[in-house]
Amino acid sequence: MNASIGTAALAGLLGTPALGALILALVPSYRIAAPLNVALCALTLASAALLYLHRPEPSLYLLVDDVNTVFLIVGTLVGFTTSVFSAGYIAHELQTRRLKPRDLRFYHAMYQLLMFAMDLALVSNNIGLMWVAIELATLTTVVMVGIYRTNAALEAAWKYFILGSVGIALALFGTILVYLAAQEHLGQGILAMAWDRLAANSAGFDPALLNLSFVFLLLGYGTKVGLAPVHAWLPDAHAEGPTPISAVLSGLLLNVALFALLRFKLIMAGNPRVHSPGPMMITMGLISLVFAGFMIYRRRDIKRMFAYSSIEHMGIITLAFGLGGPLANFAGLLHMTMHSLTKSAIFFGVGYISQLEGTQRMADIRGLTHSQPLLGWLLVLGVVAIAGLPPFGVFTSEFLLVTSTFARSPWLAILLVIGLLIAFSALTLRLHGLAFGETARQHSLPAYRLAPMALHLGLVAAAGIYLPEPVVAWFRHVASQLG
Amino acid sequence: MTPLDSDIAHLLAGSMVLVSFLLLYQDRMFALLNFFALHACVLAFSVGWQAYLQRAPHLFITALIALVFKGVIIPVALHRIVVRLGIHRTIETVVSIGPTMLFGIALVGLSIVVMLPVTQAAGAFVREDLAFALSVVLLGFLMMVTRRNAVSQVIGFMSLENGLVLAATGARGMPLVVEISVGFSVLIAFIVVGIFLFRIRERFDTVDLQALDMSRGESGS
Repeated sequence: MNASIGTAALAGLLGTPALGALILALVPSYRIAAPLNVALCALTLASAALLYLHRPEPSLYLLVDDVNTVFLIVGTLVGFTTSVFSAGYIAHELQTRRLKPRDLRFYHAMYQLLMFAMDLALVSNNIGLMWVAIELATLTTVVMVGIYRTNAALEAAWKYFILGSVGIALALFGTILVYLAAQEHLGQGILAMAWDRLAANSAGFDPALLNLSFVFLLLGYGTKVGLAPVHAWLPDAHAEGPTPISAVLSGLLLNVALFALLRFKLIMAGNPRVHSPGPMMITMGLISLVFAGFMIYRRRDIKRMFAYSSIEHMGIITLAFGLGGPLANFAGLLHMTMHSLTKSAIFFGVGYISQLEGTQRMADIRGLTHSQPLLGWLLVLGVVAIAGLPPFGVFTSEFLLVTSTFARSPWLAILLVIGLLIAFSALTLRLHGLAFGETARQHSLPAYRLAPMALHLGLVAAAGIYLPEPVVAWFRHVASQLG
Repeated sequence: MTPLDSDIAHLLAGSMVLVSFLLLYQDRMFALLNFFALHACVLAFSVGWQAYLQRAPHLFITALIALVFKGVIIPVALHRIVVRLGIHRTIETVVSIGPTMLFGIALVGLSIVVMLPVTQAAGAFVREDLAFALSVVLLGFLMMVTRRNAVSQVIGFMSLENGLVLAATGARGMPLVVEISVGFSVLIAFIVVGIFLFRIRERFDTVDLQALDMSRGESGS
């Protein structure tokens, strides 16, 4: 009985956005399309929640387990709130004629297609199917980044397309190598691509092939995660695309790519003779963290700055998962959730700010707490949260990570703390200019528009003050499965 | 499998590496397109031979896709785009040929050094095939790095994808899903690229990516 409910939920999770993309491509008026987009995302979220309660039987293509339900629920939640934000955002873009009604039809269809691709990547049990889904997600975001057709947007989209394709090509090569390693043991055909079989039987695989494959996979999917030094597409894509897409990129797509990496890490973990992938992930994570911290100082564009902050946080999360063990995995999982919520909230705020001020240049934006107090203070809270100050959830996860790192390798912890401090001081420095200072401007923005942002920050604050016992138990259980 | 069978397979896979080298130093648009068509044709034969050897008829579909789609349709379409954009006379300033070729040779050496010891267990035939495939992939990367023009970057990318298809067919019995998806992704990629080229044309009257670099968000003010 439970399994059949689960099957229905899984069909809902994948079917809703797939059908939604078709429907939205046909709906001409954005007044209908925007609420419809929200409704579809709500349905997807409901399906994901149902999947948490009822699991379908795993098949060779699709699998719902403890690990991907966390990613699914966080992902569909951010997808839903972003669609609410997007409804208000695009109405303004239409007024200012930056987008035409025709563009919006395209935009909404692509939004649903992106949701479909990400959900598919998360629930796929076949490493080839997962690759296809991530490729699809990349392509949809590429066209959305280029939707404004300004010089900068085109360059950003082109760069994203080229670097993303190169990354995805490397990932495919890695996937082929994993298949080669597996087919010796599991026989030719579809079985040797089913992830659950791979993870269960990896002890017998050829370790040399697995080692080599992980290098390709780390570089390939790492490009999509935005790890330095293969991060170059990320700031441009965030800065030049529509802001809802920046929120989805940071809150969702980066996590999905990281999830793919974790799946392969688990395959590696089952074989005692391979080199542990941990050190590679820790190194890349640490480089991203420190590098992005320094880069935040020199940004002039507000969206670009928060894009670098995303690189920083993805670095932290990769480091946590690379470190492994129950505590670090728990911290990584919590940090991923908190970062998704906080960063998308910040992008919601930044979207309104750039619309109200008519610019993304930080030098031209001052005194937001005076010109639009509610928005200004929410932004302050968001930046305080992302910088890792208490009482927000990001602090909790960073604290957990630092303490668990100290216990295991103190030198690494020192580097980690230095990286965190660099990013922290850069963000507070920039925040001061944005939020405070004299300004003569007054903006009006209906308070209800800020509801998604307030909701996210409320959740992050609540998690920082008191993390409910069931959530802790759930995350602890998932962390124990991550090896 | 007789020695002759595997020799032919090696010959075809090796020819792909050779054509990749040829692509690397073409500095005229049309010549580049022609050599890309050749690249795709060699791929088609290579995949077709694998299909015959492995008794895997579905691989013939992959070969057919490579022959018709990458060997004919895409080169013809790109040919038209190049004419329409008026860049057919353009002689590209590739990073000078000598160093590029030397670097390419080094990459082929690297892929052989990396792949051969690692794939000891995988059988003699698969491992050479994989080493060739990795060489094609790396040469595709090199081409994307050394070119400035958007059209030649796309060709570099597609030659890279050809290398991936070669690798996927070399891995015995890899499910069809993946091969079709590879073809499919190229198709989608191509559409996306096509749209981009036209939009880029609208804005700048050039497909030289250097012009795009000027509009980077960071530079100036």
